[in-house]
Amino acid sequence: MNGQAFDVVIVGAGVVGAACARECSLAAMRVAVVEEQMIGGGATAAGMGHIVVMDDSEPQFALTRYSQLLWRELLPQLPREVEYESCGTIWVAADQEEMQAVASKHAFYRARGVPAEVLDAHQLTQAEPQLRPGLAGGLLVLEDAVLYPPAAATWLLSRARSQGAVLQVGRKVTQITGEGVHLSDGSWIRAGVVVNATGAWAPSLTPGLQVRKRKGHLVITDRYPGFLRHQLVELGYLKSAHSVTADSVAFNVQPRITGQILIGSSRQYGNEDTTVDRQIVRAMLERACAYMPAIGSLNAIRCWTGFRAATPDKLPLIGPSAKRGIHLATGHEGLGITTSLATGRLIADQLLDRPPAIPLEPYLPARAELEVAHA
Amino acid sequence: MPDVTVRVNGQEVTVPSGTLVAAAIARAGVQCFRRSVRGEGRGPLCGMGICFECRATVNRVPHVRTCQRVCEPGMEITTDA
Repeated sequence: MNGQAFDVVIVGAGVVGAACARECSLAAMRVAVVEEQMIGGGATAAGMGHIVVMDDSEPQFALTRYSQLLWRELLPQLPREVEYESCGTIWVAADQEEMQAVASKHAFYRARGVPAEVLDAHQLTQAEPQLRPGLAGGLLVLEDAVLYPPAAATWLLSRARSQGAVLQVGRKVTQITGEGVHLSDGSWIRAGVVVNATGAWAPSLTPGLQVRKRKGHLVITDRYPGFLRHQLVELGYLKSAHSVTADSVAFNVQPRITGQILIGSSRQYGNEDTTVDRQIVRAMLERACAYMPAIGSLNAIRCWTGFRAATPDKLPLIGPSAKRGIHLATGHEGLGITTSLATGRLIADQLLDRPPAIPLEPYLPARAELEVAHA
Repeated sequence: MPDVTVRVNGQEVTVPSGTLVAAAIARAGVQCFRRSVRGEGRGPLCGMGICFECRATVNRVPHVRTCQRVCEPGMEITTDA
């Protein structure tokens, strides 16, 4: 890479791009990050900010758990404004059928060394007194956490910059090639490798990419310290989140360190309009009140939308694209905050030929399912 | 008009029927209705439900805009210290 300005240019300063920048600069690569809008201004700012392990598939588990452990390693360094809180997640079971799912989830996690506890109906009420009576129980996943994603992205970039990374905010990349990136002002930045980390906007720089926008809504309340203690997700969420066609809402609430409650969630395909959809918000809040009636008496102060970068097989794209010199770090859908650190590490591993801690193959853009989708 | 008795931070206050909670708090001699995130004192400003500065806890419900609520007999009103 002699004679080039940078070893790697990362396009996009969301949490994923920021994590890639930190890892590459820690490995002594010369790094530039180019961001058109603002640091962490896309899905990073719009999302909830959970650090969760997921068990939808082995690769999804491997990536989320690996990344969660990387976050836990970073804990002593994280400044207060990142608002990291190990509140744990409770997967809430409404009935006995969902308690079966709790049992299998518990077995899955226990077999893989993830601390989790089954809660019966009484223990669930003890843990979260605001939940309605009559729920069957839940699974408490102890090492899950929440944080404030834009602050996390900013901090990751500050670490990269302290290692010499160059950050260019407010500059628009119009084209990426194996030799660098072209900017809208006619200039270009030379680099050995370009990483497309532009989330749901990645296909505009890498045409044909199987990444689609999946719209979400969130509501945040005023401060009610003590109202909620854990992140709560309904087990029915798995049914709605897995659907790749229909609009759906699910009960998902999160306590913030400020005492505010973040209320989600919704998923919509084929809608690229940033406007808040009142019907979706209504359905989302009704769902939340069905689990936690007292939510109805809280003051909401803000409601907004965002776009997740969704792939056909629900796994992100981490690694070389079909074009030489262009790598991808996108497609993280609703798990980008969790999986950002592992993504950054795996990108750096690939660029430096280091052995990865987990198998890379499930996340490689060249994987079979996506090739089929290309055809 | 009949009077209504409420409690502001545990202290009984009797006001004419139809009195707003904000007025009852003021009648009790409280100037700081709540504390901001950074701990600054806050009290009524707009008086018409827009500025959210006059919030207090009413019957254990936090963040009630006291300029928009009428006193009811036995109401428990709590402000930040």
